[in-house]
Amino acid sequence: MDTWKENNNASTVQRVIVTVVGRDRVGIIASVSNLLAESNVNVLDISQTILQDFFTMIMVVDISKAKVSLQELQLLLKSKGEEIGVQIKAQHEDIFRYMHRI
Amino acid sequence: MPIAFTPAEISETIRMIETENLDIRTITMGISLRDCAHNDVNITARKIYDKITKKAEKLVNIGEDISKELGIPIINKRISVTPISMVGESCDDLNYFLLAETLDKAAKEVGVNFIGGFSALVHKGFTRGDEELIKAIPESLKATERVCSSVNIGTTKAGINMDAVKLMGKVVKETAELTKDKDALGCAKLVVFCNVPEDNPFMAGAFHGVGEPECVINVGVSGPGVVLNAIKNHPELDFGGLANIIKKTAFKITRMGELVGREAGKRLGVPFGIVDLSLAPTPAIGDSVADILEAMGLESVGTHGTTAALAMLNDAVKKGGSMASSYVGGLSGAFIPVSEDAGMIRGVEEGSLKIDKLEAMTCVCSVGLDMIAVPGETTAETISAIIADEAAIGMINKKTTAVRIIPVPGKQVGDRVEFGGLLGSAPIMPLHPYSSAAFIKRGGRIPAPICALTN
Repeated sequence: MDTWKENNNASTVQRVIVTVVGRDRVGIIASVSNLLAESNVNVLDISQTILQDFFTMIMVVDISKAKVSLQELQLLLKSKGEEIGVQIKAQHEDIFRYMHRI
Repeated sequence: MPIAFTPAEISETIRMIETENLDIRTITMGISLRDCAHNDVNITARKIYDKITKKAEKLVNIGEDISKELGIPIINKRISVTPISMVGESCDDLNYFLLAETLDKAAKEVGVNFIGGFSALVHKGFTRGDEELIKAIPESLKATERVCSSVNIGTTKAGINMDAVKLMGKVVKETAELTKDKDALGCAKLVVFCNVPEDNPFMAGAFHGVGEPECVINVGVSGPGVVLNAIKNHPELDFGGLANIIKKTAFKITRMGELVGREAGKRLGVPFGIVDLSLAPTPAIGDSVADILEAMGLESVGTHGTTAALAMLNDAVKKGGSMASSYVGGLSGAFIPVSEDAGMIRGVEEGSLKIDKLEAMTCVCSVGLDMIAVPGETTAETISAIIADEAAIGMINKKTTAVRIIPVPGKQVGDRVEFGGLLGSAPIMPLHPYSSAAFIKRGGRIPAPICALTN
């Protein structure tokens, strides 16, 4: 059950921030994007930097039409991260909105 | 659609949580038990159990859901209830011990780690129930695991009930004696207050005040590590600049509390009460208020300048936090529990932090002499006198002060006690050797101060 969706008007966009951090290698973006597509999660924006071989990607995604709940998505991303050797987090955007926007 | 946040902002939030120990320290559900009174104590107990387990049934699960979805740790889920002295007072048999056991059972059933409210407010005098509850504290804290107790013995408006101060010295000693197999752990769950707030979500002093609604969600945020790092990154700033950095950081921390409190309230169908924006240290390295004071430029906490540094920190935290939440309450400020703060422990062990300086520090921060272990041979009168001093500071300065002191049986200065977990460990602190017994023996009430006469 996705309580966040229920409590926050399901028809609107549900934005989640996905952050991927790890050593750079071929196919990180592809595997994460694939997983998101399979779960019907829409990618709204991507920003990516590589600093001294260290790969950081921030994705803004919409889970309002997703086949899985946020918590399920977190688990899927976590195991994908372990598989390809990076750390993947997914957090509801509210935590960033509350901290950085008035 | 553009990314709504810069990568720097996103990584700042993640860094605060992952490396600087930013967390929501507690979601505390306040539950009124006023409707549980009955003249049969067994029925009262059953009503208390039923009400708590029904109201807080989903508290822990919902807390964990929110924590996962936002990606911020919520360390504790807790409950505070109406002072039990009032709830049990109508019983023919004033069996407060049974009610303590009931609270413990209910806490275990819903999975919260502490339940606060085995409390009495006696700043002007005792009712029959107050007296019986206070008598039952030592046995209750021995027999239960999760029950926390607090007693308010003074207010700015009423003065200080010195009879209660005298009694609480004995209660603290007796609690220590009864729980001596666990290094007097019972005393870590017992707070003596002056000007106690009615909406404090932090244990051990939380209870659900009489002016509070039926049920409410209060949130306590923490984050000494975040403030510490912010200060360390700006060694060149003067105090105006430093205060600004602390305010900004406190604002960001408190926003997390506001978000979690509102979301928890919404999901539980309970009004959101307040955010308590306290800097609550933990034994984790870097999560220390003492470290913040030292980062401001003091060689060791407790040295000259410590009070000024703490005053500035406490005030800046309040200013930043009060802008970040619609409702700020509870204790709100910096906590200085000795055993729970690695920097404070170091200060005591190195001899830079002494009881007198700690007392001075409590004049300018949010609580009082907190989690202080003292020699087991300390007399009840000396403990009462320590309580009286703290209460006087609270009464005159119109602020909350508290004493959570642990006279550990069989331990002397130089020894150390381990409480484990968030309660940490404490070196035994030396006290003044001179007696206060004749002073405490007087009894009666210290009249309300002139600053109380404001009407």
